[in-house]
Amino acid sequence: MKYIDLIFENKTIFVLFWIILLLSLLKPWLFVNGILIGSLYALGSIGLSLIYGNLKFANMAHGDFMTLSSYVALALLLFFFPNSDQSGSVGPFTFKYELLIVIPFTVVFIGFLAVLFDKLIYKKLRDFGAAPAAIALTSLGLAVGLRGLIQFIWGTDSTRFPRESKLFWDLPFKIKIPPDMFFCAIVAFIIALTFYFILFKTKLGKAIRATSDNPDLARITGINTERIILYIWFIGGVLAATSGILISMQQAIITPVMGWKILIPLFAAVIVGGIGNPIGALMGGLLIGITGEIATGWINPSYKPAVYFLVLLIILLLRPNGILGSKGRQF
Amino acid sequence: MDSILYFLIGFLIMSGIYSVFSVGLNIHWGHTGLFNIGIASFFLLGSYTAAIISSPSPNIEKYEEYLWGGNLSQLSILGIDFWFPLVLILSALVCILVAIPLALITIRLKEDYLALVTLGLAETLRIIFVNESWLANGTRGLYSIPRPFDLIDRGNYDYIYFVIVMITLALVYIIAQRATNSPWGRVLRGIKDNENTMISSGKNVLRFKVEAFAFGAGIMGVGGALFTHGKRFIDPITFEPMLATFIIWSMLMVGGSGNNRGAVFGAFLMWGIWTFTQFLPGFLSDANLRFVFVGLIIILFQLYKPNGVIPAK
Repeated sequence: MKYIDLIFENKTIFVLFWIILLLSLLKPWLFVNGILIGSLYALGSIGLSLIYGNLKFANMAHGDFMTLSSYVALALLLFFFPNSDQSGSVGPFTFKYELLIVIPFTVVFIGFLAVLFDKLIYKKLRDFGAAPAAIALTSLGLAVGLRGLIQFIWGTDSTRFPRESKLFWDLPFKIKIPPDMFFCAIVAFIIALTFYFILFKTKLGKAIRATSDNPDLARITGINTERIILYIWFIGGVLAATSGILISMQQAIITPVMGWKILIPLFAAVIVGGIGNPIGALMGGLLIGITGEIATGWINPSYKPAVYFLVLLIILLLRPNGILGSKGRQF
Repeated sequence: MDSILYFLIGFLIMSGIYSVFSVGLNIHWGHTGLFNIGIASFFLLGSYTAAIISSPSPNIEKYEEYLWGGNLSQLSILGIDFWFPLVLILSALVCILVAIPLALITIRLKEDYLALVTLGLAETLRIIFVNESWLANGTRGLYSIPRPFDLIDRGNYDYIYFVIVMITLALVYIIAQRATNSPWGRVLRGIKDNENTMISSGKNVLRFKVEAFAFGAGIMGVGGALFTHGKRFIDPITFEPMLATFIIWSMLMVGGSGNNRGAVFGAFLMWGIWTFTQFLPGFLSDANLRFVFVGLIIILFQLYKPNGVIPAK
């Protein structure tokens, strides 16, 4: 196990690892919560990491894609199933089956939207060789525009995501799990594993990795890199949309700023795991989720974003290439 | 007629304040290529520093929790408000002191990392000021911040403040212009164009970048202090990223990055559009459409005119 060796190899990581483990033994229910929330972050950060690693820029619009997907899902739900309030919810979960019908359509829509934005905006920037920071700045503009559009259509205030209250599952050690969260975590893990499979076991994944590693070489070997980039955007959009909808399902309330606020934990997870590494992003998301939740056991929960920021700073200080990345190589 | 004039003066004051931020951002992005999307953090630091050190220590009746203030506004030499320049300098200093360690952590890494850290800092600072109400009265905010050069009656005070803003803007502009036209500024442009050339000509690139980041942050601190004494009320909501970060980016994009004149021009133009679109009829005056507009401005200028309306020479 390469990753476990790594934890023991580095002294500082080793100390931090044991601190987190000790604290989570003191309050195990926070640890479990952290895993569940972390799995949602993981899903978002896998998509972000994919785009960051392959297209080499920090996509500031990723969070707003997530927000947009929850609003689109909600709008589709209300449009196609106006009577869904009356129908019962699925099993022990708070959502209705109609939502499950709507989700695939939303996800595909957001995926194609990401492709469309690439054709309209990012393709041009790539063509005249814009610097990564300039592309990131453009994505910031897209983020602002998308948020403005969301606020224009659905209003600035928070919107209720339809749900029915259900009992939490009670487990020993004061562990309480909302069934929804369990569902979301399972879906997140399945999608993360599917994506891992696509990236490492299929021909498309091989082409994506080749393009990421060296676009010119990939082009020479006959890979249509522009096409691969569209696939990357589509997968990134799908992952963003899925995590956005899952997060709003378990939050029960959606706001136009939620995507922007989630950027810091997502980027922290991406950097922890090493940019472009899906398994790293999964582990990073879990780590960020667990750290954030455990911190709430001792400090004011509203400081959670500050904890994420602190984790980001510590990672940048100690291992800027991520826990799994090499120490020497600089980007 | 008077009310229109008064409105225009208010508009010019805000444009002047935003110009200061735009010039500061220009040092970061336009001259050095540092990607700072947490202008709000230096805006906030400058504003709160100015408010806290200039307000008198409040009594319990006025604020419930916030109990301290520098009371610098009582300090005047020969009846002239010399405390105000002091406030501007101290606000800049606080921003510089925060900027340096941040820059040292991130600037040696990928250029995007600075963006992430400044973004996180802005959010973190806002949360701190929301939660720690002993620090600056939390969400209720600080009010009745003292006026500098409070010479004439309150109704016409804006004219005096307009002059103050314009003098400060002129000073900031001259300092920025001198700095960026100096050999130091040429090294910054060299770093932006081709970092490796600068390294190979023996420049300590890291040091220049940290200095540039601190310099720009200091200018933003001055802008924050100007804002505080102009509005005379600040609370954490003032520093939401839209009006404290994104619009300043759009100003710099329109005006022309790498050019201080363009930065000032862009600030006046964008703030003009932002202010006067609220008089449009119907849904066109919706504030959220202006968000879309700001986003579009950033995208379109990046795509078609990356050097802005007044490009650098």
